[in-house]
Amino acid sequence: MILECKDLTKTYHGFPALSDISLQIDEGHIIGLLGPNGSGKTTLIKLIAGLLSPSSGTISIEGNPVGPASKSLISYLPDHFYLDGHRKVKDIIGFFHDFYRDFEPLRAYDMLGKLNIDPNQKLKTFSKGTKEKVHLILAMSRRAKLYLLDEPIAGVDPAARDYILQTILSNYDENASILISTHLISDIENILDQVVFLHKGRIHTHACVDELRQETHKSIDDLFREVFKC
Amino acid sequence: MPWNLNSDRPIFIQIIEKIQVDIISGLYMPGDKLPSVRELAQEASVNPNTMQKALSELERTGLVYAQRTSGRFITEDTTMIDELKSKLAKEIVTEFLENMQKLGFQKEETISLLEKTLATEKSTKGEADNDTGM
Repeated sequence: MILECKDLTKTYHGFPALSDISLQIDEGHIIGLLGPNGSGKTTLIKLIAGLLSPSSGTISIEGNPVGPASKSLISYLPDHFYLDGHRKVKDIIGFFHDFYRDFEPLRAYDMLGKLNIDPNQKLKTFSKGTKEKVHLILAMSRRAKLYLLDEPIAGVDPAARDYILQTILSNYDENASILISTHLISDIENILDQVVFLHKGRIHTHACVDELRQETHKSIDDLFREVFKC
Repeated sequence: MPWNLNSDRPIFIQIIEKIQVDIISGLYMPGDKLPSVRELAQEASVNPNTMQKALSELERTGLVYAQRTSGRFITEDTTMIDELKSKLAKEIVTEFLENMQKLGFQKEETISLLEKTLATEKSTKGEADNDTGM
């Protein structure tokens, strides 16, 4: 098992953002973390990544508590830009190479080339969508056990989105798992094999996508719209 | 080769159907080696586990067989492929007849309409052939 969360609760100033989350993720899966705005997706990802600490409950990643050991196994893509825009892409790649033992610069350069991104340019010269692509490429160029991708394709055009999904499919190996939070369900649901629906800080559903389709005769996108109808 | 998968039906079932048609239509010949799970999953843009499930199911029915180290192959049992072909054809015809019935067509009317359509198709096709001949 790659990830195990037990009775996880996180409160912000008394307000519960996540309540009693128990979640187990085995290796070799691509899991969609889906839920309306404010349902706790980013909080859950940040807890697993070790950027927040839980109010109660435990998290273990391949048996390790959250800490240096777990962080070396996790490649985390935040939902916002965090890299210094004044640096050139190739310098950032060098930085990642120094920082992460499992980072493979060749894979990063290969993906940059396929998306026509010039590594000699400074990050701040790129459009929002291209910056997103660079961040995702960096996250996917590590040989991690668990990838946490928080809204990876929101600002990216549909053609590049397809390429990025292909990239995700071709870059992950059977021993790793990917947790993707997104609102663009219809774009990614075919590459998922499991979904977790979060509702008001609790797990509403954790199931295999094809089983959900078989039971409901609906796409995951339609099901989401039905479950979370406003 | 687009896969045209819909999201409202289980993906693994649609993959099975697609590979069945590829076998019947001769895109895959008896004894051909199938690409790896990974390659097929990338081509179809689906999760490798979903592709794996579809192939295991095809294996269970005998249409595809696995050889320990060298991968998966299309069955060499042509009778089985022929049987699948007539089964699928029958399903298509049954569905067509049901739809025609919904439109209010009696069987005889459907048949005469079919014949008429086939006849016009033949004549227009003939014209087209003449055009290219000129």
